[in-house]
This record gives sequence, C-alpha cells and structure tokens, in this order.
Amino acid sequence: MRLLAVCALPLFTALAVLGFPMFRGRRVPVTLVAVVATTHLVLVSSLWLAPPRPTLGGWLAADPLGLTVLTLTSVLFLVTVIYAVGYLQREKPRSGRVFAGGLLAFLAAASLVALAHHLAMLWVGMEATTLSVAPLVFLRRDRRSLEATWKYLVVSSVGIALALLGTFFLASAQGDVAGRPLILPDLVEHARELHPAWLRAAFLFLLVGFGTKMGLAPMHTWKPDTYGEAPSLVSGLMAGALTSCAFLGVARVTEVVTAAGLGSFAQPVLIGFGLLSLAVAAVFIIGQSDVKRLLAYSSVEHMGLLVLGLGLGGVGAYGSVLHLVNNGLAKGWVFLVTGNVVLATGSATAAGNRGLVRTLPVSAALLVLGLFAVTGSPPFGLFMSEFTILRAAIDGGHPWIAAVMLLMLAIIFVGMAVLVLGIALGEPDPGTIPVRESPWLVAGPIALAAIVLMLGVYIPGPLHDILARAAAALGGTAP
Amino acid sequence: MHSAAQLVLLLVVLSDLAVLGTTRLSSCIRGLAAQGLLLGLLPLLLAPQLSVHAVSLALGTVVVKAIVLPWFLAWAIREAAVRREIEPLVGFIASQLLGALAVALAFAIASRLPLPTVRQPLLVPVSLATLMIGFIVLTTRRKALTQVVGYLILENGIYLFGLTHTERVPFLIELGVLLDVFVGVFIMGIVVFHINREFDSLDSTRLTELTD
Repeated sequence: MRLLAVCALPLFTALAVLGFPMFRGRRVPVTLVAVVATTHLVLVSSLWLAPPRPTLGGWLAADPLGLTVLTLTSVLFLVTVIYAVGYLQREKPRSGRVFAGGLLAFLAAASLVALAHHLAMLWVGMEATTLSVAPLVFLRRDRRSLEATWKYLVVSSVGIALALLGTFFLASAQGDVAGRPLILPDLVEHARELHPAWLRAAFLFLLVGFGTKMGLAPMHTWKPDTYGEAPSLVSGLMAGALTSCAFLGVARVTEVVTAAGLGSFAQPVLIGFGLLSLAVAAVFIIGQSDVKRLLAYSSVEHMGLLVLGLGLGGVGAYGSVLHLVNNGLAKGWVFLVTGNVVLATGSATAAGNRGLVRTLPVSAALLVLGLFAVTGSPPFGLFMSEFTILRAAIDGGHPWIAAVMLLMLAIIFVGMAVLVLGIALGEPDPGTIPVRESPWLVAGPIALAAIVLMLGVYIPGPLHDILARAAAALGGTAP
Repeated sequence: MHSAAQLVLLLVVLSDLAVLGTTRLSSCIRGLAAQGLLLGLLPLLLAPQLSVHAVSLALGTVVVKAIVLPWFLAWAIREAAVRREIEPLVGFIASQLLGALAVALAFAIASRLPLPTVRQPLLVPVSLATLMIGFIVLTTRRKALTQVVGYLILENGIYLFGLTHTERVPFLIELGVLLDVFVGVFIMGIVVFHINREFDSLDSTRLTELTD
C-alpha cells in the first residue's frame, strides 16, 4: 500500500495540476508541491522503519538498492522544492502548471523506477523521467534552451529505445525458464538457466540505453547542453536524482548477469565505460568557462566512477553505492548554489563573474566548499567512496586502473579549481554591490553540504547496513 | 493466418524503404501511418486465438501509431509549412542502398540468433531491419520532423521484436510503452513547432549554438 502511495501521490497531484483549470496562469502552486514532497519523504522514511512486503504480484518492492535511490530522490526533491520557493520570488516561469506538474511527474516517475521490480515497468518509469523533465529544460523558452531540449530528447529517446530492446532481449533470455517474466528476484533466482547469448545482448543494450540516460561517455553529448541551459534547480535534480535512477537500471541488469555467472563478461565492459567517461570528463573540464557545463562534465566523471566501482566488484560495489548517495547529494548542493550565482549575475560563466565572495558571500563559500566536495577531497563523503573504489582496483590486482583513475581525478581537480576559484576569489568589478541572499536559496544547499560532510566522517549504522546489503546483491562486499 | 502475417511483415519492410526513399514529408508521414496500420494487424494475425489482450493491443496500436501520431505530425508540417526534405546528409539513392544493406544484414543476423520460440520466422529479421532503417532516417536527415519519423520507425522495430513476447509481457506494460511513445512524440512535436518559430526552419542542423 505504501509502495503504491509513494508513486501514486505525486502522479495524481501532477495530473491534477496539469488538468484542473484553477492551476492555469503563471502562478506556481509551490505550497502544494511542498506538501507532496514532505508527505513523500515521510512515506519513504516509514519504509525504513517498517520494511514493506512486495505488492502488485511482486511488481513493486523496496529492496536495499531501490530504497537507497528512492530516499536520495525524495530528499533531493524536498530540498529542491524549498529552493524553488526562493527561486520563484525572482523568476516567473511562463507556465506555472508546467513547472509544478513537470516536477511532480518527475518525482512519480523516479519513485516508480526505484521501486519497480518488473524490469519492463522500470523501463516505463525511466522513459517517463525523460519526458517529465523535457518541459522543465525548455522552461526559459529561448533558442538556446530549445536546442538543448531537442538534443536531450533525441539522444535520450534513442538511448531509451535501445534499453527497451534490451528489456525484450532479457525476456528472450528468460524463454521458458521458471519464474515470473521479467521480475527481478525470479530472474536472479533462476539466473543460471537463462540463455547466455541473449543475456549478454540484453546486458549490452541495457547498459548503452540506460548509460545514455546516466550520461556515460560516449553517450554523454546531451549532458553539457542540457545541464547548461536548464534552470539550475532542474539540472541539480537531473544530475542528482535522474542519473541515479538510470544507474539503478544498469545495476539491475548487472545483478542478473552476475548471478548468471557472466561477471567476467560484464566487468571489463563496465570498467571500459567507466575509464572512458573519466577521460572524456578530464579532457573537457580543462579550459571550461561555464560552471554549469563544468558540473555537467563532472557528472560524466562521477557516472564513470559509479560503473567503474560496479565493474571492479568486491568492495568496489559498496563504494559505488555509497558514491551514488554522495554524488547525488553533492550535485544537488553545487547546482543549487550555482543557481544563486545565475540569479544574482545572470550567468555562471567566467566572463560575467569575479570576486563572488564579496558580492554573494554565503553562496560563494558554499560553491568553493562544493568544489572540494565534488572533486573528492577529504573530509567530504565523496572522498570516502572514491577511496573505496580505488581500494577495490588495488585489491583486485588492477594497479593500472587505480593509476589512471588517480591521474584523471587530479586533472579534473585542477580544471575545476581554476574556474571555480577564478570566479569566487579576486576583486569584484567596480560598482557591483552585495546581493541579499534569501534564506530559501541557501538553506537547502547548507543542509545537503552538512549531510555530505557527515557521510565523510561517519556513516550511520542503518545506512551502512542497507548499503552493504545493496552491495551484496550486486556481488560485492562491504569493507 | 501464417501466410497473412508473412505478407504483412513484408509490407512493413516495403513501408520502411518507402519512407527512406521519399522526398516529400507528407508521403513520409503517410508511409508511417501505413506501417502503424500493419503493426496493428499483427497481434491479431499472430495470436493463436483471438483474445481480449490481442484485440486491445491491436486497437491501441492502430489508434496511436496509425491515426493519432501521423495526424499530429501532419498538423505540425501544415503549421510549419514545410514540404520537402532538402539535401539530406546522405543522398536518397545512397540511403536506399543503405536500407537494402540493412535488410540483408538483419536477415543474416536473425538467422544466427538462437530463438527460443519461433512462431513467425520473419518477425525477428523484419524487426531488426525496421530498427536499422529507423536509425538511418534518424541520423541522416536534417529536418527535425523527419528525425521524429525516424525515431518512430525505430520504435516500431522494437515493437515488432516485442511481439515475440506478447503472452509473457502483460497488457499493462504494453499500455505504458504506447503511452510513453505517445507523450514522447507529443513533446517532440511541440519542440519541433518551437524550432520552426524560433529559427524559421525545421532544419535541426541550425541548432549549433551550444558547443565546447
């Protein structure tokens, strides 16, 4: 019941917002969205306290990995909505119901992805996330956002189409094997009886398909344009929550492939995509002049780290799941403070900004801290998870992978530091006056920063427990 | 029923090639509508006996793929007043050849695939050919609208592959897939409309402001 409510509540509110005439016009029903976001988080928390039984014939269930992604999405969504209150005091989107309806539909779709144990339903949810976010990317309705929306739609749609084909391949692999069709636990239980050739094909297509939605290189081409042009709060939600849902799709099929004993086939492919994503991010981060595009490439990097950890296995799987949480929270944090810069100065480029610590002291400080968090510096959580993935590479006897990873992380750190410190420090242009920073706009990022900092120092028992169980399902171990 | 299904599948390949070879956007859309109708017939022809599931799937497919989406795309070209696909990135003759090559390749691949249950041996090769031709249209045409048509053909190829599993995949899922395709094309259509208004052209190669 609660599992159903988690998906249905935002869905029906979204439909109401899009359908009822009282929501026409430019006013955004932000209170309603906030109530839904809070209720959603309460429901999700109750899933932690009292684990629910699978419903709808096993179609919906909250396993450790799914619950992790769901909680991450719910927390990020609430923070984003709180931020939106401050955002909407400055910016008025053309259509209030597209803004609110898109956000709520995204929450519904992401919840469905996190809870779906029927892999075709997972696909339906994943496609719905693409579609619900597209109108939000196009919110400004100018040429640049139009171009970004088009690229996003075309590239993601092709990716998601390949994932659908991969899902059908998985059904072919299942053939007449016992177990309910495309239900995850049944696939895992009878994994060794699945047809290996179809299973391999399914893995590759689902990896490329959902990898496109994650933004793994070389399918990342939509990412810098989309994150660069979308409103920052939408970019934050995409980089934090949507990519995590897409990773969940990849993790699901990896779970089946590993259980089928084809780990030695999947691992090199995952490692390959991971290292390529790190390399592409490193190349494009150097010399980048727009903070939002910079963060998009940083997201490519982190997606690479996630599949790298998954491919390395062992403690790498734990590192990967922990990194999923850290990266999601950190991306929300930095995108929201970048949004404050855009609100204050109209752009997030090096040309339009200098000496932000003087004009926007809180946001600039959060941005600089965010730089260190996102690049995996201690004491932030990302340091811990990246270190765990690095350890998996060394333990697994792949010192060269560890070396390449460290080199790329170092290049990325330098590239990001040059841009972010460049706009944060220095003397502001003469005549610029400090901007008053609304508490609505800084409270969310501060809360996320606090959680990321805490995860670097101390991982609470229940969280460690659930991450360890998620890693075990992926064929890994907790450190 | 067996030979009827075979005929329909061959007609699907012909509609693929027709879309690939036409210069007029309206014939492109007509080819797509015809293909949608053919796809709607298949669940009925392939089902061992007529069931509610097969009939509702056929109805849903015809409504979405043969009526609503082609009508919507036709509305979009009327609004945008574009008629022809000018200078595709790959010429029409070359893309026809590519299409023929795709069909041959599809049959070659399908003959080597281990198929668990083959009810209609043409289903898998035709699905792969449709998929590849959709991809060719999507990547070699300049007009945003033709790219949408390419995406829909790609989707149709996947739908054909899905028909090998109709009894294993429940109706709800098919409904979800159809709905997603529908909403996807609807949103794409709106974006196409805006591209036309902003750039005074449906040429997606003009979308070049965002680069590194």
